[in-house]
Amino acid sequence: MDENKNIEDYNLVEFVVTARKYKTTLTKKYQQRQKWEKPVIGQIKSFLPGTVMSLCVEKGQKVKEGELILEQEAMKMLNQITAPISGIVTEIYVEVGQKVPKNFLMIEIK
Amino acid sequence: MGKLTARQRILELLDNDSFHEYDLFVEHGVHDFGMDKKVLYGDGVITGTGTIFGAPVCIYAQDFTVAGGSLGLMHARKITKIMDHALKMKMPIIGINDSGGARIQEGVASLAGYGEIFYRNTIASGIIPQLSVILGPCAGGAVYSPALTDFVFVVENISKMFITGPNVIKTVLGEDISMEDLGGAKVHAEITGNAHFYAQSEAECFEQIKKLISFIPWSNKQKAEKIEPKEPAFDKRIEDIIPSDAKEPYDVRDIIKSVVDDSDFFEIQELFAGNIVIGFGRMNGETVGFVANQPMVLAGVLDCDSSDKAARFIRFCDSFNIPIITFEDMPGYLPGVDQEHAGVIRHGAKVLYAYSEATVPKITVILRKAYGGGYIAMNSRHLGADFMFAWPSAEIAVMGPEGAANIIFRKEIMEAEDQNAMRQEKVKEYIEKFANPYVAASKGYIDSVIEPTETRTLLLHALEVSKNKEEIRPEKKHGLPPF
Repeated sequence: MDENKNIEDYNLVEFVVTARKYKTTLTKKYQQRQKWEKPVIGQIKSFLPGTVMSLCVEKGQKVKEGELILEQEAMKMLNQITAPISGIVTEIYVEVGQKVPKNFLMIEIK
Repeated sequence: MGKLTARQRILELLDNDSFHEYDLFVEHGVHDFGMDKKVLYGDGVITGTGTIFGAPVCIYAQDFTVAGGSLGLMHARKITKIMDHALKMKMPIIGINDSGGARIQEGVASLAGYGEIFYRNTIASGIIPQLSVILGPCAGGAVYSPALTDFVFVVENISKMFITGPNVIKTVLGEDISMEDLGGAKVHAEITGNAHFYAQSEAECFEQIKKLISFIPWSNKQKAEKIEPKEPAFDKRIEDIIPSDAKEPYDVRDIIKSVVDDSDFFEIQELFAGNIVIGFGRMNGETVGFVANQPMVLAGVLDCDSSDKAARFIRFCDSFNIPIITFEDMPGYLPGVDQEHAGVIRHGAKVLYAYSEATVPKITVILRKAYGGGYIAMNSRHLGADFMFAWPSAEIAVMGPEGAANIIFRKEIMEAEDQNAMRQEKVKEYIEKFANPYVAASKGYIDSVIEPTETRTLLLHALEVSKNKEEIRPEKKHGLPPF
């Protein structure tokens, strides 16, 4: 917001709050916010950034809920990642030794 | 961009010839890792007292040219000594931070030093104003003292603050980010809200500090200095600022400038959560804190960030005997999964808590929209407002007329031949019945409906009447605000 500018000089957009549209400006932070996505059960994403230390399953393998599927080193701890559901490993997106950021899709089970 | 030395900074900031230095001859006394051969002048920090526009202050400035301004035990002890002095003598403390962090050679002793500073920041909180000036890198433990203080100042290209720096982030995460993008001045002024004042140069930053000091009292036992009252000098007419269509925006700071002395409004956190405006101005020569919804940004909604911003400011004003004037024009809370999941419930509750808790004079002017939970939150009568004024354009209702009509008249609208026409008619009906200040006034929730041109006169009257306000609360150790 620049004090020397007139209202008309701003890039006004329509902004919905309940059933009404207001003319206003958006903040950088609002525009950069992350859109929510419905989580998919069976998609295993990294909950911390870290390194994949071992892979315990192969593509096409049957796994049971609770079975160890990979080990990830994160925050100086070795974390064991287990299958959230029983099913078949349909995709593996990581390799041993790979560094992954947070929320990185590592394995899919269907 | 030019960085000044620690001593230059102190001298630039304080009144001429007012600085008295303490503890110039302090030595670190450490023998490990070859430290016995190192002479660190003043152990890397300059401390003392001085004045700003005649107001007494305690000050310390870390000296980056001495061991990178690193914090060892004696360095910390110099800081805690001047903090203790400020707390005892009841004067503001200003910390100029420019330090590489803990002095590794001193091990846990330097961590102890940080802890002792944080402890004093907390004890002094609400008793003396505490200002932090970030004029260099500030990493790890070094950022927590500023975070515990009342106002943080940053300067473009000079200030950096982060808990873990770019190197660690790169090693651990493989994410490559510059110091500036991670925790530069703009980031903290605009995104995180850690900084309250943003400047392009150290000189501009010092002017901001001086101006802030002129607006606030020296301690919670006092009031801010009264200065010569001045009439507002604003080129817009207050009655012409707000568009009659509730969907059209305007800059609410124009309203504030129309009522404050000399139209001098000193805004705080200007770049962060612009949907709410906070800052100081003077009424009849005395400092007042202003909180105002800003329809120009995100339609003036309350959200997590704007709630945090307003709540903290309200608590500062309450701690330091500064009356609060609230200008209200807000459509409600920001809808969205991100807001709900970020905890807009507990963040929003901070505003309710801060207003309810405050015992300084609390005055509200409803300019236009006051809908639903937002009406309650923005210092309503129900949270203990001492004066509630509303302009004739005020719409006080549970929600916007469109939403309300859709619910109340759902059947009529569904059954109508021309649903749109029926909806429009019902919206109009709702506006006439409820979207005005008179229903609330009839219940005594609004004290009076006033013309825009009367606003300053009535605010001055309200402040005058509440000069000796006293409100007794049940005794307790402390409350539990939704942190």
